[in-house]
Amino acid sequence: MLDRSKVSHEFASFSTDVEKGRLKFFAKAIGEKNSLYSDELVARAAGYKNIPALPTFPFVLDLEGPEFWPVLDLLDMDIGRVLHGSQEFEYLGMIYAGDTITVTSVLKDMFDKKGGALEFIVMESSYTNQHGELVSKAVNTLVYRTP
Amino acid sequence: MSDIKIGTEIPSLNLPPISRATLALYAGASGDHNPIHIDSDFAKKAGMPDVFAHGMLSMAYLGRMLTDWKPQSQMRKFSNRFASMTQLQDVITCGGKVVEIFEENGERRARLEIFAAKRDGIQTLVGEAIIALEEKKAAV
Repeated sequence: MLDRSKVSHEFASFSTDVEKGRLKFFAKAIGEKNSLYSDELVARAAGYKNIPALPTFPFVLDLEGPEFWPVLDLLDMDIGRVLHGSQEFEYLGMIYAGDTITVTSVLKDMFDKKGGALEFIVMESSYTNQHGELVSKAVNTLVYRTP
Repeated sequence: MSDIKIGTEIPSLNLPPISRATLALYAGASGDHNPIHIDSDFAKKAGMPDVFAHGMLSMAYLGRMLTDWKPQSQMRKFSNRFASMTQLQDVITCGGKVVEIFEENGERRARLEIFAAKRDGIQTLVGEAIIALEEKKAAV
């Protein structure tokens, strides 16, 4: 069983730049063709401050920290056994190209199902921009297939 | 906007078949380099038949359906669980409908049930979104 004493662990927060090229690459990778997501002029004409980060982009920011998925090390998990169980986003503002976002995450909960065959790891994250505005919150539940 | 009511369907989004190239591109763009999505040898060692799609790729497709319907600045919440895996060559369709209209924080909002499904009807993502029904630029 994974180490339940790690519940409430706060991951090291980090700041990351939201680069325009990255937003355009992400839009291309998901087949998003609306030029609002690749052309700053179109974005501004639509009332946005700059090219907006697409709705699931906060999850991309999660992966921009100094260590890829620090929860793997924290709980000594094999990446090949990790599945994504669920994901929630709440939007309090927008994330734009040119922003610097500070990501903070905490290990909120752990529980198991199917007699311990599956363990669930719940993490909560928040995303704050360079103006100190909380722009988004997320809840990410991972599922671990117990060896 | 007043034509939106309970039962209103969100225009569906039909995706091309999932290919290895789709997954490689998404891995690079998203920063999710988990080899289980891009390295067949690794996936097989982990007990999977082959690489399979990132759940977050399908969630991004659901997001496209939502922002095609209403401006992203009106999106308040967006969530789903990953109900089953999306394999190579699966053809995903995203859909949804309005199930509730309510007032919150001084604005009218719609609650949507949303899903992604394969051609055989098996749902891969099941979720919910809350979208404001009027533009409020001040919230941007």
